[in-house]
Amino acid sequence: MLRRLFPHPYLSLTLALCWVLLSNSVSLGTLVLALILATAIPLFTSPWWPGRPRIKRPFAFAAYAALVLWDVIVANFHVARIILFMPRDKIRSAWVTVPLDLKSPEAISLLAGTITMTPGTLTADFSADGRALLVHALHAPDPKALCAEIKSRYESRLKRIME
Amino acid sequence: MTLLADYAIAALLVLGGAFGLIGSFGLLKLKDPMQRLHAPTKATTIGVGAALVASALDLVMLGQGVTWQGVLVAVFLFLTAPLSALYLAKTNLARNIDRKSLPPTGTKADWATFKTAAK
Repeated sequence: MLRRLFPHPYLSLTLALCWVLLSNSVSLGTLVLALILATAIPLFTSPWWPGRPRIKRPFAFAAYAALVLWDVIVANFHVARIILFMPRDKIRSAWVTVPLDLKSPEAISLLAGTITMTPGTLTADFSADGRALLVHALHAPDPKALCAEIKSRYESRLKRIME
Repeated sequence: MTLLADYAIAALLVLGGAFGLIGSFGLLKLKDPMQRLHAPTKATTIGVGAALVASALDLVMLGQGVTWQGVLVAVFLFLTAPLSALYLAKTNLARNIDRKSLPPTGTKADWATFKTAAK
């Protein structure tokens, strides 16, 4: 019963939280509307979203989010330095193929998003069977090391959290 | 205390503005579209982030209480920036980039953009 009413508990929770944050107050009216939205939107959209993403370890996920946030800040300074001080012809851009151990689509999208937001790398495409990501690096003198770093720093953590 | 907060807010705004400027300068300086994509996806996230923190801090100092909309803006920025970057990259791959200049996938299937283009 609860499962049919809330096919996507995380989505419901996120929607309710978003609504409360948007209205920036915790009154009865806000909470009622948040509950309505959190019930209705997942129910109406569930035909397009049959799978249910799993977060096995919420605390590890929070730690991962903090790590990514920190890396994003570092990435900003890193890219700013390349833009400002590196001569144009010294920038060694490279395409890197990152083979995936992750299987679930949600985990792969999280990894792709992380790659785009973090130091000097950008997810440009994925293989048609979903087993590899095509990553473009702004400045990567050593593409192999970059691929190894993505796999050990982000993918292994996501694998522990989501799969 | 308010003076200190004012300095912090001013510093954050200058930092944010500087990163926005650097991101735009990157568009001018870098050579090809793939390199240019790096500038706005990264150097500007801290620009917007700093502006958001500054606005939240300012509202607190004005006695308007803690606002959380800024957090939402940051979250949606983090969700949408990689997606728009991915689609810009895919469009660029399909229109301007030769398949031969890309590395192999290492699996049986080709890169998704080129698979649909071949059909």
